[in-house]
Formats: sequence, structure tokens, C-alpha cells
Amino acid sequence: MISQDLQIVLPEILLALYAMAALLIAVYTGKDKVASVVNWATVAVFLVLAFWIGVSGSGDQTAFDGMFNDDAFARFGKVTILISAAAVLAISRDYMSRRGLLRFEYPVLVALATVGMMVMVSAGDLMALYMGLELQSLALYVVASLRRDSVKSTEAGMKYFVLGALSSGLLLYGASLTYGFTGTTLFSGIIAATGDEVSIGLLFGLVFMFAAFAFKVSAAPFHMWTPDVYEGSPTPVTAFFATAPKVAAMGLFARVAFDAFGGIVGDWQQIVSLVAILSMFIGGIAAIGQRNIKRLMAYSSIAHMGFALMGLAAGTAAGVQSMLIYMAIYVTMNIGTFAFILSMEKDGTPVADINMLKMYSRQQPLRAMALLFLMFSLAGVPPFLGFFAKFGVFTAALSSGLVWLAVLGGIASVIGAFYYLRIVFYMYFGEEKDGLDSTMSPVAWAALMASAAIMLLGLFNLFGIEGIAAAAAQSLVN
Amino acid sequence: MENLLSIVTFIPLLAAGILALFLRGDDEGARRNAKWVAMIATLATFFVSLFILGGFDSSNTGFQFVEDHEWLMGLHYRMGVDGISVLFVILTTFLMPLVIWSAWDVTHRVKEYMIAFLVLEALMLGVFMALDLVLFYVFFEAGLIPMFLIIGIWGGANRIYASFKFFLYTFLGSILMLVAMIVMYAQAGTTCIGACGEGTTALLDYEFASTTFSVLGITVTGGLQTMLFLAFFASFAVKMPMWPVHTWLPDAHVQAPTAGSVILAAILLKMGGYGFLRFSLPMFPVGADVLQDFVLWISAIAIVYTSLVALVQEDMKKLIAYSSVAHMGYVTMGIFAMNQQGLDGAIFQMLSHGFISGALFLCVGVIYDRMHTRDIDAYGGLVNKMPAYALVFMFFTMANVGLPGTSGFVGEFLTLMGTFKVNTWVAAVAALGVIFSAAYALWLYRRVVMGELIKESLKSIKDMTRREKLIFAPLVFMTLLLGIYPASVTNIISPSVAALVEQVETAKADAGLMHETAEADHAAPAAAH
Repeated sequence: MISQDLQIVLPEILLALYAMAALLIAVYTGKDKVASVVNWATVAVFLVLAFWIGVSGSGDQTAFDGMFNDDAFARFGKVTILISAAAVLAISRDYMSRRGLLRFEYPVLVALATVGMMVMVSAGDLMALYMGLELQSLALYVVASLRRDSVKSTEAGMKYFVLGALSSGLLLYGASLTYGFTGTTLFSGIIAATGDEVSIGLLFGLVFMFAAFAFKVSAAPFHMWTPDVYEGSPTPVTAFFATAPKVAAMGLFARVAFDAFGGIVGDWQQIVSLVAILSMFIGGIAAIGQRNIKRLMAYSSIAHMGFALMGLAAGTAAGVQSMLIYMAIYVTMNIGTFAFILSMEKDGTPVADINMLKMYSRQQPLRAMALLFLMFSLAGVPPFLGFFAKFGVFTAALSSGLVWLAVLGGIASVIGAFYYLRIVFYMYFGEEKDGLDSTMSPVAWAALMASAAIMLLGLFNLFGIEGIAAAAAQSLVN
Repeated sequence: MENLLSIVTFIPLLAAGILALFLRGDDEGARRNAKWVAMIATLATFFVSLFILGGFDSSNTGFQFVEDHEWLMGLHYRMGVDGISVLFVILTTFLMPLVIWSAWDVTHRVKEYMIAFLVLEALMLGVFMALDLVLFYVFFEAGLIPMFLIIGIWGGANRIYASFKFFLYTFLGSILMLVAMIVMYAQAGTTCIGACGEGTTALLDYEFASTTFSVLGITVTGGLQTMLFLAFFASFAVKMPMWPVHTWLPDAHVQAPTAGSVILAAILLKMGGYGFLRFSLPMFPVGADVLQDFVLWISAIAIVYTSLVALVQEDMKKLIAYSSVAHMGYVTMGIFAMNQQGLDGAIFQMLSHGFISGALFLCVGVIYDRMHTRDIDAYGGLVNKMPAYALVFMFFTMANVGLPGTSGFVGEFLTLMGTFKVNTWVAAVAALGVIFSAAYALWLYRRVVMGELIKESLKSIKDMTRREKLIFAPLVFMTLLLGIYPASVTNIISPSVAALVEQVETAKADAGLMHETAEADHAAPAAAH
């Protein structure tokens, strides 16, 4: 039996072993001199694992008496997480080496965080959930303050740590209430113990846990940490925060919502709806005043999480499917955008002020066009994929009768369009200015172009992820 | 030629792709290449689109040249034209080469300019051909992007404000429409507009619920249909634009470059009217009936009010922009008369306005290129130096006023006649607009063209070049053709319009709402908020 269990958890085990081995080897050999090798090796390992998980496994399997699930939903989440983590590592190498930040700990910590994320989306038990979450969080706290000599970076790490600890506390409190009122930590046990009627204690537990998840996905009103952490962290780390952990946290959110509390959808639907609305509006409105592109992207991600949560709020398989598609598209857009932000330099120093983009289309027409695609896609304007992502969640919300949610979402997306348009405006309409340096690492360039191209070419058939996401949603809901 | 519609739609897009990927540099040669590629592509589109007209069977009221392919998320890529849409397609392909030609002297980022226009043409054609709700929405919305860029990059001094206003205004309207579309999808279970094949009820034939209900203390006569109607109305009324949501149009027009203004007035505004004909009337006949008087009165107000506003304008483009709003008032009035004359007239008016307003903006462009000002006061006595220009401008001013013999007359007359049958008072008020339009148009002409040439700056002005004359020639021809032989248009549109009228009448009779309009008057303004 145990060998069978271990077989199911093999990808996680391998990745954890790899991370530890890489750490040891790097420490005993060249330390930071091998950082580049470790970086690329980690990328390779991520891609191999993603491929393996993607083509192997089928059907539903559980390990350790239901504490760990391997189903289509988990596999979808893991492949998305691994690919986006690999992409972020790949685009950040050049930036790191030029900033003198190329430390071997960075890829190792990212690998450990990724192990945590993989456990998160697979968790079938409150304990497994917490283990995965903490592994991920602890690694992320460290990478946030990767630049030890920068006040902002250490401040970001500190803020993230303190608030993250608070949210972990909330989660534990909620989990213990849930345990107290159902007598089990297994999701399958919780869902069996809750009938149609839900006790007030369990409801408290649910609310606490959902608050912690909202913190992790940076949904309003638990979003306060996001702009500061995004701004303070080194840009590659910000890119990482904006992608893989969001997918993991959203996956975890859906996992708990359906696997553990799937019987009382009506009770959490309103919470998720409210959180979604708040996120969409706060993300949209607060971003208007931002001049720093990293803070702007922080608010943008808050708004996008609101839209993704709209899919979850639908409480149906179609809703989960639309949420998964949304996350996949969101991650792709963000990787492209951050690949661009990584290359924003003026006289060799990184800049984040969107003023620097003035008339960028004159200097670099192709890159400006790619960024234009991404901005319109982020705004949800057809024919770009961002529109189909929004269309999916709107459809899901409306078929669940949440008309008001869809209408408010529509209004919020108009507000949000404004600040994406402003970036386009700076690039194309502004007056001439001595702008950014033209340096851009080939990998980042490729990532920017690829993600812009995907935004347009995906409109033919979404590259087939629709069916995969449908299967994933089916495996979670019912 | 079973993919004829797709070919027409994607020729411009292909050309835009070629320009974007293969044309390098910004020297004289590259600019010339960009212009020629755009010219050849738009001409090719026009000639291929003539095959649509040639193969079109006007006695068939269904969709023709239908294409149907599976697409993502359960949607379909479905294209087709009927008597209502086919002429808009031709209008678009006809005007595009002229627009490109009129932009021949542009020197600022020519390649991007041409790309934007080619993409815009593809999207506009797609709007008129799409037979799937979401496909329609994709084309409809995506058109905002190139137009946003055209106004913002090549526009006048205050272009930033205008481009943002244009984008956000229309985007807000469209998002409400998107929500309504998803509601329709959820209700009918399909996004197919027409020609769906076996086993699917097209949205055009689907009866949406029209049971009256109350929400938040407001009684909504016509129920769901009224709500959906209003959501679509929000989008199309902004696009049209109808009073009081027309304020983006003068700003956009004034700031847009000449070619952008022509496209905006001649084609983009027609999308609103086309939307009413394709969606609002056939799909929500009860909702349309409930709000009929409301829309008719808004149209009448639009005609009178914007005509008066046009009278006091100091800027030529603004004046013509307001005159466009007034003319679109006739269109909405004709559409919501919901009878044969009204609808025929509305479509006719849209086509005719496409030629006339396009030509008027080109007229402004001609002197703007020379003097770089649109102030009416800066001109006067142009007839002394520019006789050919005076003639052309005279012709289109008269057409704009609606002189019999020009296409402007037929449209105005038919819409007024159609409206008169439904609501005499609205028709009477709207008829005032005919007088006002003569006032502002002729006064503009007098101030710009007539009189002595006394202004020093105008002494050296040159008459139209041969290129400019040739651009106007086809427009003059079409305006006269439609004016003298209107049957060339009505023969094509009438059968489809008759089918539409029939459908609306049946639906209204089924819902038993024929005589409830009086009561709806109270509900309508409340629901409109």
C-alpha cells in the first residue's frame, strides 16, 4: 500500500529531493557561481515534471487515506504552476545576474515553494493543506526579501511574513473549528458530516478559512499586502508572486470549497461573490492613481482574482472550468507583461514609472505592439483571449443566476480598462522623451512575444485547454 | 465560392499582417509601399465584395452565403448576409479605398495608419456579417481598438481626451450588451442569430419571455424582453449616437484625422442602426413595442436639439458631427416606426448618410489640409479661388439638407412618412429638423464659400487637386444614383424588411400588447434609468 501511495506523490517527492540536492551541491561547490546552472536545471526539472504530470496520470487516485488527491483538477493546477514557475525563472535570470542577485538560493527556494503549491492543489485533508501552504509561504517570505541590502525588499518580506502569519493563524483557527464541529480533518469526512443544515460553529470555521484563502489569492478586503510586496520585491520575484502562487491558492480555494464544503454551496457562495465584487472594484479603482507599474500590476492582479472568483462563486462545474481557464490565461498574460517590466531600464538601472514608456512605440514598435496586445487582453477587449476568459466567468455566473454579480463585473471591467489604456496611451500618444534602454534579454523577449501571440492566436480554439479544464472541473465538482 | 464572406473579411486583415510583419523602415519608399498595399487590399476587397452583390438573391429573405464552423466554448464562427446587411457590407468596401486615397498625404507613421484602417475594415465587415452573438460582439468591440489608436495617434490637439472618452463611453455600453447576450445564451441555449441548421432555434425566431414583472417597486412592462432591449439599447444608442449620449461624437470627430472622421461617420455609426435592426426589433419585439414612443420622442428631440446646436458651432467638423447626430435621429425614428416605409427609409438614410457625411468630412479635410484650421471664421469667399471645391461642397450641402434628387431626400421622406403613420406628433416635430438642417448647412456654406475673398491668409489657396476631385466623383455618383433611382436600394432591402415587419407584428400580436403602449409610457422612462 505505502509504495502505491508514494507512487502517487512521486512528482512532489522528486522535486523536493531535487531542491535539497541542488542546495547541497551548490553549497559545497561554487555557491553563487553555479547559480546560473541551478537556475536552468530547475527550469528543466519543472518542464520535465510538467510534461510528465500532463501526459501520465489519469482518473482519480488518492494517497494516504484520502489526504492527498491526484485527479484531473490537481494535474491541471500542477501543470500550470510548473510551467509558469519555469517561465518566470527563465525570464528572470538575466535581470538577476545584472543586478548582482544571481544567488543559487533563489531557484532552490522557488522549487521548494513549488512543492508546497503542488501539495496545496492536491490536498485532501486540512493537515496536508496546511503543510503545503506553509511550505509555499515560508519559501516566498524569503524570496520577497532576496535583496538583503534594500530597505524596500526587506520591508516587503517583513510585511508579507507578518500578514502571512496572521492569515495562517486565521486558517488554523478556522481549521480547528471545522475539526471541532465535524470531528475530522479529511475533506471527504467534512463533506459527509455536513448535511444540508450547517452549524454556526462550522460556519465560523468556513469563514475563517475563506478569509485566509482570500489573503493568499490577494482578494479584497485582504489585499492590503499586495501592492507593497509587489513593489518592494525584486521584479522577478514579483513576477513569480503574480503567477504560480495565485494559481495554487485559487486551486486550493476551489478544492476546499467543493471537496470539503461542496454540500453547502449556498452558504459560501455569497461570501465568495462579495469578495469577488470588492476585488474587482478595489483593484480597478485603486489602480487608477498608480504610476508605478509594479503597484499597478498588483492592483491589476487583485481585480483579476475578483473575476476568477466570480467563476468560483457560480458554484458549478462550469464555474470551476471557467475559473481554471481564467487562471491559465491570466498567468500567460502576466508572464508576458512581467517579461517586459523586467526589461524596463534607464541607463542600466531598473525603472517602474509608467511615464518612462512615453512614445515607446517609436523606439521599439514590435515590443510596443506586443504590450498593446497584452494590455487590451488584460482589459478584456476582444478579440484577445482576456475577453474569452471574462466571457467564461460571466457566463458561468449568469447561468447560476448571479445576474447582479455579472453586471457589476461588467462595470468593474470598464473601470479597469482605463488604466490599461493609459499604458497604451503613454506608448503611442505621448510626447517624445528620451525613453528606456533598448536592452532586453532574448528569453524575456521571446516570452513577451509568445504571450502576446498566444493572446491573439488562442482565439481559434484556446489551444485545447477548454476540454482539459472541463475534465478538471468535473473531477472536482460532484 | 462558399467562403466568400470570410475572404472579403480577411483580405484587409491579411494585408495588415503583411504590413506589420514585413514592412520595415519609415522612409519615403516604405510609406509609399504601405499606402499601395492598403490601396490594393481595399480595392481587392471591394471587387470581391461585388460578387456578394452579384450572387445575392433579393427575393430570399433568409441568410445567404452562410458559413458555419465550430469555435471555442461552444460558440460558432458563423457568417451570412441578408437583405438588411448586404448593402452595409458593400458600403464599407466601397468607401474604404476612397478613405485610403484621401489619406495619401499623411506623413506621420504611415505604416501604422494603414494597418489601423485595414484592421478596422475587417472588423467592420465582420460586424455586418456575423451570425453568432459572441462573434458579433468580438467584431463590434474589437473595432474600438483601431479607432482608439486612430484618434489618439493621428488626431488633433485634444485627441487624448477624445480617444479616452470615445473608448470608455462605447465600452460601457457594450459591456451591458455583453451581459444581455449571456442572458440570452442562458435562456435560448444557443448563440446562433440565424441560419443555424437542423435542430436549433435561431435567436431571431426565439421568443424571449415578455411577462410583466416588478423589480424594486418598478413595474417592467414586457418583462425580460424590455430589460434585454434596454441593455442592447445602451450599447447601440451610444454607438448611433442618440441624444443624450451623443456627446462623445463631436469630440471624437473634431479630434480624429479626416480619414478617421469619414470612417466614423460613414460606417461606424451605422453599426448602431444595424444592431437595432438585427437584434432589438426582431428579438425583442415586445420590448421594442413597449419603448417605442420613448425612442421616437428621443429621436425627435435629437433631431431638433442637435440641429439647433449645429447652428451655433464655430468649428466645421463639429457642425457636421452634430448634423450627423440629427440625421441618425431620422434613422432611429424610422426604425422604431416599425413599418415598411420607416425601416426602408432608415436603411436608406444610413446608406445615404454614409456617402454624404463621408463626403462632407472630406470637404472639410480638403481645406483643413491647406489652412490647418477648422474655424468657420477663418474662411470666406473660397468660391473665388476654388470653384471646383465650391461646386462639390455645394452638392453635398444640398444632399445633406435633403434636396430632392439626392439620396438625402429619399431617406428623410420615407422615415418621416413611416413615423407619421405611427405617431403624428413625433413626425411633426421631426419635420422641423428639415428646416433647421437647411439653416445650418446653408449658413455654413455661405460663411465658408460665398462672399468676397478678403482674408489675407486665403489669398494663395489652391483649388482641389486631381486626386481630390477623383475621390469625390464616386461619392457624387452614388448620391445621385440613390436619389434618382432609389429602387436600386429598396429592391434589395424590401423583401427582408417586409419579413422583419411581419415578424414584429406577429410577435406583438402574440404578446397581446398592441394597445398597452399608453401605459408603457410611464414605465419606460423609469426603466431606462
